[in-house]
Amino acid sequence: MILIHCPYCEEDRPEVEFTYGGEAHIARPADPAALNDREWETYLYIRRNPRGPHAERWRHAHGCARFFNAVRDTVTDRFEVTYKTGEARPGDAK
Amino acid sequence: MSGYRLSTGGRIDRSRPLAFSFDGQGYQGFAGDSLASALVASGVTLFGRSFKYHRPRGLVGMGPEEPNALVSVDRGPARITPNLRAPQVALHEGLMAKSQNRWPSLKFDVAALNDVFGALFPAGFYNKTFMWPRSAWEHLYEPVIRQLAGLGDSPVARDPDHYDATYAHCDVLVVGGGMAGIAAALDAAAQGGRVFLIDEQDELGGGALSDLAQWADLNALKDRLAAAANVTVLTRTVAFGYYHQNFIGATQYLTDHLAPAQADGPRERLWRIRAGEVVLAQGAIERPLVFHGNDVPGVMLASAGRTLALRYGVAVGQAVVVMAAHDSGWRDALALAQAGVTVAAIIDVRGVVSADLADAARIAGIAVHIGSAITAVHGRHAVKGVTFAAGGTGRGARLACDAVLMAGGWTPSVHLWSHAKGSLVWNDAWGAYLPGTAIENCRAVGACAGAWDMGTGAITAVLPNRRDVRAQKAFVDFQNDVKARDIHLAVQEGMRSIEHIKRYTTNGMATDQGKTSNLNGLQIASAALGRPVAEIGLTTFRPPYSPQTFGALMGHHKDALFQPVRKSPIDDWAREQRAVFENVSNWRRARYFPVGGEDMEAAVLRECAAVRNAVGMFDASTLGKIEVVGPDAAEFLNRMYTNPWKGLAPGRCRYGLLLREDGFIMDDGVSARMADDRFHLTTTTGGAARVLGMMEDYLQTEWADLDVWLTSTTEQWAVIAVQGPRARDVIAPLVSGIDLSAEAFPHMAVREGTIAGVPTRLFRVSFTGELGFEINVPASAGRAVWEAIHTAGHAFGIVPYGTETMHVLRAEKGFIIVGQDTDGTMTPFDMGLDWAVGKKKPDFVGKRSLARPDMSAPGRKQFIGLLTEDAQELLEEGAQVVADPDLPIPMPMIGHVTSSYRSAALGRTVALAVIADGRARIGQTIFVPMPGKVIRATVTEPMFYDAQGSRLNA
Repeated sequence: MILIHCPYCEEDRPEVEFTYGGEAHIARPADPAALNDREWETYLYIRRNPRGPHAERWRHAHGCARFFNAVRDTVTDRFEVTYKTGEARPGDAK
Repeated sequence: MSGYRLSTGGRIDRSRPLAFSFDGQGYQGFAGDSLASALVASGVTLFGRSFKYHRPRGLVGMGPEEPNALVSVDRGPARITPNLRAPQVALHEGLMAKSQNRWPSLKFDVAALNDVFGALFPAGFYNKTFMWPRSAWEHLYEPVIRQLAGLGDSPVARDPDHYDATYAHCDVLVVGGGMAGIAAALDAAAQGGRVFLIDEQDELGGGALSDLAQWADLNALKDRLAAAANVTVLTRTVAFGYYHQNFIGATQYLTDHLAPAQADGPRERLWRIRAGEVVLAQGAIERPLVFHGNDVPGVMLASAGRTLALRYGVAVGQAVVVMAAHDSGWRDALALAQAGVTVAAIIDVRGVVSADLADAARIAGIAVHIGSAITAVHGRHAVKGVTFAAGGTGRGARLACDAVLMAGGWTPSVHLWSHAKGSLVWNDAWGAYLPGTAIENCRAVGACAGAWDMGTGAITAVLPNRRDVRAQKAFVDFQNDVKARDIHLAVQEGMRSIEHIKRYTTNGMATDQGKTSNLNGLQIASAALGRPVAEIGLTTFRPPYSPQTFGALMGHHKDALFQPVRKSPIDDWAREQRAVFENVSNWRRARYFPVGGEDMEAAVLRECAAVRNAVGMFDASTLGKIEVVGPDAAEFLNRMYTNPWKGLAPGRCRYGLLLREDGFIMDDGVSARMADDRFHLTTTTGGAARVLGMMEDYLQTEWADLDVWLTSTTEQWAVIAVQGPRARDVIAPLVSGIDLSAEAFPHMAVREGTIAGVPTRLFRVSFTGELGFEINVPASAGRAVWEAIHTAGHAFGIVPYGTETMHVLRAEKGFIIVGQDTDGTMTPFDMGLDWAVGKKKPDFVGKRSLARPDMSAPGRKQFIGLLTEDAQELLEEGAQVVADPDLPIPMPMIGHVTSSYRSAALGRTVALAVIADGRARIGQTIFVPMPGKVIRATVTEPMFYDAQGSRLNA
């Protein structure tokens, strides 16, 4: 049972309170109609699926109900950091 | 082997004899015995039959590693537990155990013919042989294999026992209560934190229990433990899994060691322990040696012989031979001799053994054969003697004996360490993997860390023998009947990775998870491949460490607590009316209300007729409801749903269709605009949480600039649907503040007022095709309003109806049920819902996907109606539809029936279906092949009743 730090509640809570939401930092295009089929497919389906650190969305479904982002290592399942929606991935030069 | 009870010694209580039975025969042991020690003391050799060849098998180990002596313990009706390891079954008065995997008896087993034909059953046999024809699997191969192979029988009756579950938190958790574990727990306790010490045996002490020299120290440590108030000791507790962040799962066995009459309370307790630090002190398991005949009953681990003698006061035989590749075998032989067991010889495959050991053996009067190996074991049901030879190849000598002890070295128990993804490092001295670097806050101590003096040994793959390995019955995995030659065969057939070799041979895949076989298998593979062990790797350890019951894992989550049952405010009323219920997602819903002796078909026909001809009432409270509030509410819904929402006037309703971003239908429901900035959404019963989650996702992560609040109100409103031509007449006397006339309150409108004195949001909507209202009242008033309407409706012949009638009525109108008529691959166009898609909207969730060419390509399944040629023939939901039933099987299937009912209004059956290019097939005949017949049906519009909608708008 992983403990996940909710950046809104600022507490470590058991994973059963959370739901997974897929890869993070994939913004819905402002004008989907402007995308060709290949670009839309990329937005909709193509994911990095890395071995190692992965920025992904989580929701504190049975808590504050907020979505947030996390960097989790897919090899060790270790959560390296969690951060609020809208914030840049920690360590990214943005 | 003819084991017997030594006159003295052991930790058993000789003043408390216990009677028990094995395979129906009565025996006697003592308090403190295990089933295995008591049976060996009674001279029993044969414990079971092997999995594949049905070879006679005896005891190998005295701990969790035991591969052969698996028994079923019978504690009364529905309390038969299979596959228990005899050394881990504590003896109690009246214990009833049975051997397994034999028929008709343990001594005479018909399937032992498998052994005679063993050459026909090499590794991969099952994969290669039982391939074809496929139909033979069901009727021949599987039943026969199941009869012959397999282990114990699963109980078939419901488990009457209770299982407890609890959480614990501690600063330090020590797994393993041997000397190293106890010392670690005492050290941790001295730091002042909360300490847990868990151990799987009845008694703390681990290996020290089998070592007289350590008993005094052990007692002293136990006294200190007992005095430490901050230490919790759990015995008979197996730590079966090590999960993230020092979370350990453990099962405590509470009653199995007691006679059933004395057993009180839960049978097992699941502990979920979060620890600041975990100390693993799991010890080490002795390795068998691989040689021809090493599975004859009476050949066992040297450590087992030692434990039997020193812990239980049992001699394994009258004349014991020790076959050693490791110093520990000598130490065990010396300990046995000291305990009064006759050791006929020590045979050691090594050319050189330390002078200390050799001297000690000489002083003890034990014959010693250095540089020799056993090349054959005589006897079938019990050891009668061995042949051994210098270098395994020289001229052999025969030696009479009735037990052979194997000392192949020690394998540190790194199971939990590996669960926690700690690295493993090959160690040549141990011939095994040792813990390397931990990821968690965890350390290993004692033998499982390699920090224990077991002596030194030689690493052997297979003992030398004049015979070719392919002609030897030299077992590696006793439980899965894997021989050394099988591993050679796997390598010969191209397997290179140990993971492939494991799966091909099934080495290490039995219920013991290779506790005695993994390392030997690895050594043999290494020799066959000519590559060092460390290059071949090691198969992955996964929880559970040893087999666990489902009962413990489920704990209290069974029966009423298995999952929550959601009940509407009108559920009690329905129960009082003897409604028949069905479960819809987590909701319990009234399916129909039988009158007299009606069955479902009769009740539903009557309920349907009542709604069509007069009036019916239906509990729709389970509908998902979301209150959407805020200045941007209309903009938000406009982006979420396919329909346009901005132009919807307050007081009006709209059918909303929700897609996923991939363009497929996710949910639907009628929603109302209560005010400019306030909507009352409804969703399907099962989809409410999903829809709210999806909307929150978009609101929080994509459109955070929108000022909108979403609130689940599903359980705040009771919803009473009153439907039928007399619906208005029924509610009119109860309603105030709302003009119910058709002109003032048209179909798809909403009004606020009161009903039966209770505030209401009154929807004029219909899921039946009749004039209808859906009356939303606060849940607390739901039953009172329901009863008021029921009373008022009496004069109009009102009938309560359930979900089944609701389904039939909506099907007659072709209204879809998402998840029944759709399956997650249907677009609005597929379902004939083009009208619900806002053509002028620039964007909504799923719109871009609908523009993909495949989404409008020919051949897509489309929603249509089906009328069987025989008007009374009822199609089966899920039945496949074909265009030409005369084509050879497998014939192309063009779709399937999604809904099918008897219609009271039409006096016949009706069905809905999705079939390829369905709309173009309207008027054509399609076929539904069923066992023994082919049903013909005509494709129609999905609308069977009042196509003009005149009843709806009345």
